[in-house]
Amino acid sequence: MDNTVVSTGTEGKTWGGGNKPLKASYGKMMMWFFIVSDALTFSGFLAAYGFSRFKFIDSWPIADEVFTHVPFFHGNYPMIYVAFMTFVLIMSSVTMVLAVDAGHKMDKAKVTIYMFLTIIGGLIFVGSQAWEWATFIKGDYGAVQTKGGNILQFVDNEGHRVALRDFAVIDEHKERVQDQRKSGIWFTSEGTLPTYTVSEVLHGLEANENILVRTQIINEEGHKTVLSREESINQIKNNGKVVVEGANLHANEYGSPLFADFFFFITGFHGFHVFSGVVINIIIFFNVILGTYERRKNYEMVEKVGLYWHFVDLVWVFVFTFFYLV
Amino acid sequence: MADHAHKLEILRGLIKFKSNTQKIWGVLILLSIVTAVEVVLGIYKPAALKAPFLGMKLLNWIFIILTIVKAYYITWDFMHMRDETKSLRRVVVWTAVFLICYLIFILLQEGGYVFDVYHDGFVKTDF
Repeated sequence: MDNTVVSTGTEGKTWGGGNKPLKASYGKMMMWFFIVSDALTFSGFLAAYGFSRFKFIDSWPIADEVFTHVPFFHGNYPMIYVAFMTFVLIMSSVTMVLAVDAGHKMDKAKVTIYMFLTIIGGLIFVGSQAWEWATFIKGDYGAVQTKGGNILQFVDNEGHRVALRDFAVIDEHKERVQDQRKSGIWFTSEGTLPTYTVSEVLHGLEANENILVRTQIINEEGHKTVLSREESINQIKNNGKVVVEGANLHANEYGSPLFADFFFFITGFHGFHVFSGVVINIIIFFNVILGTYERRKNYEMVEKVGLYWHFVDLVWVFVFTFFYLV
Repeated sequence: MADHAHKLEILRGLIKFKSNTQKIWGVLILLSIVTAVEVVLGIYKPAALKAPFLGMKLLNWIFIILTIVKAYYITWDFMHMRDETKSLRRVVVWTAVFLICYLIFILLQEGGYVFDVYHDGFVKTDF
């Protein structure tokens, strides 16, 4: 009875099942599917960032002036810390690929060590990114936002940035307090008030002859435009609306609100990928220790997780370029 | 991968490695050099490289090209794309590259247009 014999008629054919099309296992193929779609997601974000940046090409913040801090060091060090972060991530990619290589050789001890180092690298990176965020949110110099939503920063005669705390004249009798539900109308409240009011900044500006206002507009030499003394006072007096310190989703002291929005969104989304990568790596790490893959007689799972981890590194290379370099 | 055959050449055979481990360290050195070049250029921003070229500063094009170089080595050697079949490589890379180029072209074109609209005074932003 030929008819009852289980036969799909696809034996020996590439796409018939029980086979590895393109010589990649099902799991690896699906990981590549995921990576391509995730790469498109990130490209969408970065292209949207490019869109907004081209839209405000003459007033976008200059990254070198925004990301200048290094933990435990005072002073102006553009790029240094983020270069360190990039190196940490590339390094953890290297330990990951070494773990995969050790897996091919069925060397459990080495896979364990390299997986461990990869996890440490990932944690250092996520920690660094948290610190970057905290520094970015806290801000440094402070600025004044105009009625039109533009940011006015302060510089001295030589063009060095000046912080509000260095020149604002504190008004001892300021009456304005934070509006809270308990003290005002029950349904109204507001966020924390800035340290200084616009009038305090204005008084400070009038009292210090050497302080000028710097606008968002980038001039032909690629620097932000600095206004004359007279214009500076006029701008703050007539257009100054609120004092901005640090960054949130509505306003930031660095320039266009979109800059901070995209920074939070893209580095946040990437940071979340790193975080989930670390969690997955930890799971695999324990599986390695428990000997799951030793019993399975192959370490392909390490390879698949490795693909994801390298992808996170790959995305960071682009984020690094478009947020910090270009 | 049933057979653990790795292709051990990079830069079109200019550098050949003896083992896969050695190749990994070699690629790390290459990526570190490229990153170091980017960082040095990013800090010093040589004035000569600020000349406009195809709608952007020349320096920005250098950054983008170096980034793509890094992306190539991460994909090819860390993600083992070099050892996959040609068809898998094309399915992944061509699809992504085509869609990304398309997306970027459209959005940057539109962004530049909106800039012009603002700039030529149809919309007053600084009210």
